[in-house]
Amino acid sequence: MPVKQIYLDHNATTPLHPEVKIAMQKAMDVFGNPSSMHSFGRDARALVEESREKIASFINAEADEIFFVGSGSEANNTILSIFTCEPSQCANPCNMAHEIITSKIEHPCILEASKCLQNRGTPILFLNVDNYGKIDTAQLEKMISSRTGLVSVMMANNEIGTIQDIKKIADISHKKGALFHTDAVQAVGKIPVDVKKLNIDFLSLSGHKIYGPKGVGAVYVKKGVKFCPLIRGGHQEKGRRAGTENTLGIIALGKAIEMRKVEMDKEEKSLLELKSALKKGIEKSIPDIRFNGHPTDCLPGTLNVTFQGVEGEAILLYLDLEGIAVSTGSACSSGSLDPSHVLLACGIPAEGAHGSIRFSLGRDNTKEEIDYTVTKLTEVIKKTRKMSTAYK
Amino acid sequence: MCTCELWIETLKGLRMSDQLNWVYTDKVKDHFVNPRNILKDDENFKEDGKGMVGNIKCGDQMMMAIKVDAKNNTITDCRWKTYGCASAIASTSVLSEMVKGMPLDEAYHLSPKDVTKELSGLPEHKIHCSVLGDKALRAAINDYYRRTNQEDKITAETSKIICQCMNVTDHEIEDAVLEGARSYLALQEKTKLGTVCGQCEKEATKLLNEYIKKHFS
Repeated sequence: MPVKQIYLDHNATTPLHPEVKIAMQKAMDVFGNPSSMHSFGRDARALVEESREKIASFINAEADEIFFVGSGSEANNTILSIFTCEPSQCANPCNMAHEIITSKIEHPCILEASKCLQNRGTPILFLNVDNYGKIDTAQLEKMISSRTGLVSVMMANNEIGTIQDIKKIADISHKKGALFHTDAVQAVGKIPVDVKKLNIDFLSLSGHKIYGPKGVGAVYVKKGVKFCPLIRGGHQEKGRRAGTENTLGIIALGKAIEMRKVEMDKEEKSLLELKSALKKGIEKSIPDIRFNGHPTDCLPGTLNVTFQGVEGEAILLYLDLEGIAVSTGSACSSGSLDPSHVLLACGIPAEGAHGSIRFSLGRDNTKEEIDYTVTKLTEVIKKTRKMSTAYK
Repeated sequence: MCTCELWIETLKGLRMSDQLNWVYTDKVKDHFVNPRNILKDDENFKEDGKGMVGNIKCGDQMMMAIKVDAKNNTITDCRWKTYGCASAIASTSVLSEMVKGMPLDEAYHLSPKDVTKELSGLPEHKIHCSVLGDKALRAAINDYYRRTNQEDKITAETSKIICQCMNVTDHEIEDAVLEGARSYLALQEKTKLGTVCGQCEKEATKLLNEYIKKHFS
């Protein structure tokens, strides 16, 4: 084990916030089933509802517009699943869609779920992005029609951090009568999100990206919008998601959101400073690089860099040996043979995508850690470039 | 000790070994951290044969250069460079040690399996990262044969078309197996073979099983 351990992979997951940990330790004794009428159940119910309210107020929603799920992926799959109704086969069709529009840079859970719908007969259209990863809204205007039932575009991208013009995309969608969903797993808790201002119909969020635990997420469904559950078989969450509530996770998610409310604004400033230091440090000491993603409309802690002539998995593992944790868009780290679909969609050539590294900073990172990372990174890139056939 | 205590012990053991073993074997780690025989820019390595294979678009490229003792037909020294992942770096490094002092015809027939065995194994989805090393080595030996007018010794890597409709060769089937295809269906998905007339199914299945045996058994 290296002496220092520096975690720069907060878009993958985050450690528990110390306050969340304390809240969870306390909540471990709350074992009642929130659906039970007795005092044990009521105690649990009260905490679950408190958590729901915290989340609702954080994104300017009503409490009954929020329900809990097992993950961000479940949240996204749930929303896509309600657009599969075949009116002739369903007595209670909710949101019939002859067509769904999404983007090429969505998280795999949206892309895979879309492809599954496509195989079952629902046409799915994929929006292009520009070099910075921004949705082509002109293309959306041309693509959208009265057939479109849903437009689903992520608020902030997990790999490059680019933040979309959600309001504009939602407005275009509504003008044609389509509903709008945003996967805000990387956005909620990192940038301000107001579902009313942004005019969002569905939103997905997750606990473990914002210093909460894994295995809990939430969905926002705007009041009045028709909804149909993905998991059936119980009255929990007002019939929107069957299964006994994960009280521990839900309480922790509420606490994580509460802490975000307190810390987000201040943290944004320090993250931007750290990111700028990292960016400047890389620029100064490593030639032949390019920064990916949008220069300003970007998550405060996310920096994606392509290092010419080297392969990402090797960089990741050399940095890991120095105790520094990052991630890569290289195919080699994922088990597939294709590099990051996000970087390819941004027009970055395959060799650039293979050589990309994502740094995602978080609340515990320090300037010293960033300086140490730049030093080690410079050594690693030098070493890998020396053995590379693709760097002269 | 009850079953659940046993489980906890087992889990503890697993976690320990994970830490010790890193993501790959110790041997892979050793060669990844300290790769042997990398061609340095400032060294004047006068090679007798040189080969380059792969493509950076696909994520790996490999160059190998060899020195040959013409009297004994053995490789005396070798250097390499790669654009590739940890497995590619480690497998080429280990290969560069294996071939020193090896007769040319023996080196010519080294397989990815010989290399992964030397590395005490690679995860299955990483096997394809180790195939470039021996391909580059063969290309370097071929180059040596060409330079010394021994073209007759070059075994051309001829490929045979198995699926006439979709123009899929035995090499592509082998690559698909290395990339994870384990069934005829998976093979079809990767290569599109047998999706028109379907006459090649028998031959393709036979090759599929042969390549699985060759690389993974």
